Amino acid sequence: MSLIEVKDLAKIYYGDGVQTPALSGVSFDINKGDFVAIMGPSGSGKSTLLHILGFLDRHTHGKYLFEGKTIDDYSDDDLAHIRNKKMGFVFQMFNLLPRTTILDNVKLPLLYSDIKESGWDKIAKDAIKAVGLEKRIDHEPSQLSGGEKQRVAIARALVLKPEIIFADEPTGNLDSKSGKAIMEILQDLNEKDGHTVVLITHETYTAEHAGRIIRLHDGKIESDKIVDHRHHAKKDEFFK
Amino acid sequence: MKILYILKSAFSALRVNKSRSVLTILGIVIGVTAIMLVSVIGESAQSLVLSQVESLGSRTIAIVPGREPSGPADPSAAESLYADSLKMREIEALKKPSNVPDLEEAVPIVFGLYSASFGGETFNSMVIGSTDFLAEIFDIYPEEGFFFDEDDIKARAEVAIIGVKLKDELFGNSDAIGEKIRINGRNFRVIGVFPPKGQILFFNFDESAVVPFTSAQDYIFGIKHFNRIIVQAKTEESVPAVLRDIEITLRELHNITDPENDDFFASSQIEIAETLKTITDILTIFLAAVAAISLLVGGIGIMNIMLVSVTERTSEIGLRKALGATGNNILLQFIFESSILTTLGGLIGVLLGVTLSFLASIILGQLMDMAWDFSIPFFAAFLGIVISVLVGLLFGIYPAYKASQKSPIEALRYE
Repeated sequence: MSLIEVKDLAKIYYGDGVQTPALSGVSFDINKGDFVAIMGPSGSGKSTLLHILGFLDRHTHGKYLFEGKTIDDYSDDDLAHIRNKKMGFVFQMFNLLPRTTILDNVKLPLLYSDIKESGWDKIAKDAIKAVGLEKRIDHEPSQLSGGEKQRVAIARALVLKPEIIFADEPTGNLDSKSGKAIMEILQDLNEKDGHTVVLITHETYTAEHAGRIIRLHDGKIESDKIVDHRHHAKKDEFFK
Repeated sequence: MKILYILKSAFSALRVNKSRSVLTILGIVIGVTAIMLVSVIGESAQSLVLSQVESLGSRTIAIVPGREPSGPADPSAAESLYADSLKMREIEALKKPSNVPDLEEAVPIVFGLYSASFGGETFNSMVIGSTDFLAEIFDIYPEEGFFFDEDDIKARAEVAIIGVKLKDELFGNSDAIGEKIRINGRNFRVIGVFPPKGQILFFNFDESAVVPFTSAQDYIFGIKHFNRIIVQAKTEESVPAVLRDIEITLRELHNITDPENDDFFASSQIEIAETLKTITDILTIFLAAVAAISLLVGGIGIMNIMLVSVTERTSEIGLRKALGATGNNILLQFIFESSILTTLGGLIGVLLGVTLSFLASIILGQLMDMAWDFSIPFFAAFLGIVISVLVGLLFGIYPAYKASQKSPIEALRYE
């Protein structure tokens, strides 16, 4: 059974009597442990696809099965709970809460989980350690560099050990060195810890860190290929 | 949900916009303070008035000449029709055991403002003419010297017992006993000085000169009637019977068949106390209702600011939803914030209200020369806090609902 199964998935916006398709019939599977990059020019529907896959938005046509179950049956609250338990998000703009410590930022998903508050500190600290920011635990986002902010966001995404991590242009606002560090962490999470990763990017180089690339154009799949020569971000270069 | 953690994060969210939060709760602070102040002062005023009435004793009945005022439009209320209906004849009739068996004593009172002078000093004093039984009714006995007696009344003696303020004004530190003060061209010998007593109901004994009623009628006021007759019943239980007997006796004496035409009005202290209590209650409720309007305005201010806050934090709401917050989680978070704001405002308002009403009780006590008692109004404080929490809930619901309905992608896109 695939983790994600979409068939003829479409999203059409209706407004002022005009139908604007953002996605028009895409089909693919993502298996547990995959590292998939979704590429495409702006307007190709890649963000819409990620939002639908991440339960942030609902599709209008077609089928979406998550862990074999159709999401049409889930209420908004059900989706929120699954999002909390099984999905992690990393955004281009980091989306950290300002004037809130790194520790509290990483704790945020725990607030909406079933885990007792007494365990939060340890869980959050472990996640921060995993991205190498344990010394910055009491800092606020404004005191961090862009790369560090994105690492906090990754720590937040993996704090509840999700099945799948959705990364929306995670390196889009970073210099190439910080960007590589982020890709390194994502690759590690995928290879060592078995997290499924879905990455959105418009840079071919970044996309080639994934094992498979789905290219979108005008809301349709243009190609869906395995990456032959995968890039591996070298750990030693960045954590010194 | 982790209530404590949510509380903590709501607090820190409010700290981020410190000055805005402070300004927002000002409306609630003012509203709660006003309500506290009004209810505390109202309550103190009531207990003061009641204690004044009760200090006259629960066996006391006052008879006032003229008609019972039936309303502000009744001309008799202003002109006191039949103002001379109470004379010695009435007292004698009341004192007959066959008429009013449970009557212990009936005391006439005449009074008026007259200037009293000694040497070069003059003071505008309340001249009260009565009998020595006045001392028992008002529980006021001379500190120095003594009261006049039956013989002084019969002889129309020109003697006076003076209040401590009058004594100070006219004599300063020197001895007043034996000296003669001038009232309306007559010399009255001071035979006693009252201890400080302050205001009791209508009379401020500190500024009074008490003289035999006969002398007051003939030499000062030039009248034959009395302004009041105070009756003391033998027991508290007999008050209603005495009241009834007084009415029957006086009506018979004045040939009145229809109570509508009464030319006197008798009331017990209990009745007066009840009437006054009703009046002060209504006043307090009315004023508190006016003060409550400011709470309403404060609540609308809270709603306004919370709406601004929801818009400003659209992307935060989206993020929280992406991380697994349900609509109810978001709703709760914003309701917590507005409730914390108003509860804080309520607490400050209660503290301010208690402090201000304490100060007011001191100032009013000084101004009016009365023992204005103050007690911490626990019920009003409790109510003030409960109301502010409710205002926070009520006016926080709409903004919080709007926040909870935001779609996560709309919210994440918002910059």
